[in-house]
Amino acid sequence: MSPLSSDTTTDAPIAELPGDALRERAVDQLRSALGDALIDTLVKPGDDMWVRVRTDAWREAGLALRDVLGMDFFCFLSAIDWMPSPYGRGEDDPTQPPVERETAIIPGYSGGETRFQMLARVNNTALHFGVNIKCDIPDDDLTVQSWIPVYAGANWHEREAHEMFGIGFAGHPNLINIYLPSGFEGYPLRKDFPLLARHVKPWPGIVDVEPLPGEPADEAEATDAAAEEKS
Amino acid sequence: MSADTMLGDRQKLAYIAAQAADARLNVELETEGMTLNIGPQHPATHGTLRIVCRLDGEQVVWAEPSAGYMHRGYEKLTEVRTFPQVTTLVNRIDWLGSFANEVPFILASEKLMGIEAPPRAQHIRTILFELSRIANVGLFLGDLAVQMGAVTPVFMAFRDREYVLNLIEGATGGRFHPNFDRIGGLKDDLPKGWIDETRQVMRKLRGFCDEMETLVFGNEIFQMRTRGIGVIPKEIALQYGLSGANLRASGVDYDLRRDQRLPMAWDKVDWKVWTHPDADSWARCWVRLMETRESTLIVERLLDTMPAGPVMAKVPRIIKVPEGEAFVATENPLGEMGYYVISKNDLGPFRVKIRSASFNNISVVPWVLRGVLVPDIITILASLYFILGDIDR
Repeated sequence: MSPLSSDTTTDAPIAELPGDALRERAVDQLRSALGDALIDTLVKPGDDMWVRVRTDAWREAGLALRDVLGMDFFCFLSAIDWMPSPYGRGEDDPTQPPVERETAIIPGYSGGETRFQMLARVNNTALHFGVNIKCDIPDDDLTVQSWIPVYAGANWHEREAHEMFGIGFAGHPNLINIYLPSGFEGYPLRKDFPLLARHVKPWPGIVDVEPLPGEPADEAEATDAAAEEKS
Repeated sequence: MSADTMLGDRQKLAYIAAQAADARLNVELETEGMTLNIGPQHPATHGTLRIVCRLDGEQVVWAEPSAGYMHRGYEKLTEVRTFPQVTTLVNRIDWLGSFANEVPFILASEKLMGIEAPPRAQHIRTILFELSRIANVGLFLGDLAVQMGAVTPVFMAFRDREYVLNLIEGATGGRFHPNFDRIGGLKDDLPKGWIDETRQVMRKLRGFCDEMETLVFGNEIFQMRTRGIGVIPKEIALQYGLSGANLRASGVDYDLRRDQRLPMAWDKVDWKVWTHPDADSWARCWVRLMETRESTLIVERLLDTMPAGPVMAKVPRIIKVPEGEAFVATENPLGEMGYYVISKNDLGPFRVKIRSASFNNISVVPWVLRGVLVPDIITILASLYFILGDIDR
């Protein structure tokens, strides 16, 4: 019988955890690889990094990440709909007149000009750091290049993004639904797709927090009474 | 010849055999294939995963998993919840290790708010995290043998998992869905006598691991059914985003408990990351066995170094998370579980992308099942270890 517990490697020296210098260097490497296709970058000190590339350079950027930066681990790929939801959190009282809501599209880290953005994350398993990469998707043509030739694991993630946001992936061989029935209409994760459960039956709302006896009524000032007693 | 070259050769041979089987199919006389549906209701799929296989005789020509029978739309639902309400939802993603699901979301919210849980809360969080790993993977170890026709180990697994669930219940009040983690700390401190009981249970669980090692892993039938079967080379595992024990069994030394800075207590104690160079079904099972044993040690060492102090930081009564984006992933029982949280300075998140481990782990199935024999489908699926809720979310 073969030995049970001998064949293993566990005592490799632990690599130093990544610092901001490593991320800054990664940004420089990416800039020299992509040129002006790299639109915006953000390195948040002690946290993480974000980069945004041009739509037509989406696959090129993936290749640069994989081959130049050595990001070998595919974490996830998805999309973001930056439009504020016209329904809020679905807590409106249907008997009242409709609420006025903010409609301006405000992009997040590393900017953006369009309503939809691609978002992906890849990791470097040797240097232990990750890159969040975004790209804008023009509203009139919701299509980006498929990442399957770069990371084979992007296949299912692109199928998910396709059914949830209605984004097309040029070069994807099998863009069929994973979760939804094949005849499903609409794209559930878009902000203008109503969450029907909240429309059929009005939501009782956020549990109204009343100030405890002896506590200031101002919400911002009020701290958890229990925590205060303990300290 | 060193052990490494031997294993490397075996790995290569299995890979070549699979490729040769593939090629043979094209050359041999074309026979009428058959489509085999495994699931959605099948004991080997642990839920409602359906796998459609195209067979040529006993050999799989093409296989495609079809998920989505249990999709609950958590990413959409988080957009209509407040931050503290989201933990209730994410508890139900990987239902065997519920507490571990809450942690990365809470950590991401805390990161956006710029607060950190007190040291004692971090310690207890880590202990409960590891306990949910033991409860989850312990069941896997017993369930593994059932897939190959041995019934006894699963009873042992259920028996010993009960001790761990009792501990989780004792500390949190919930056996399956603790919902115990709060932004800024924990709901409560540990009850009296819990620490001593945990020590006893950890000893018992190590006994359970020893039992499984001799009973299941030492079994020749088990070895024949798993060694050299379902090989996923390192490069494939990485580009499909396999994580957790599946990745480490492919020889990649990557563990998020060690490889990132998190306000958790893993760096306070000494422990090992287990890897295996074989990349086959055996390696995946073996790494999980060693990890379960290591987890019991982590828990014991954390109990020894438990700091005193409060378990809750001062947070506002109504939690409003400042504008920003954060991604936090932890090494959950099934693999890398992460949340990409976008907040717009509101009571609830603007968008949450849930990166669950099983979704990526199962996306490699079409690749790995090509060319294998029908009975091996079951062992390979079992060794990849997925929870349906973690695929479908």
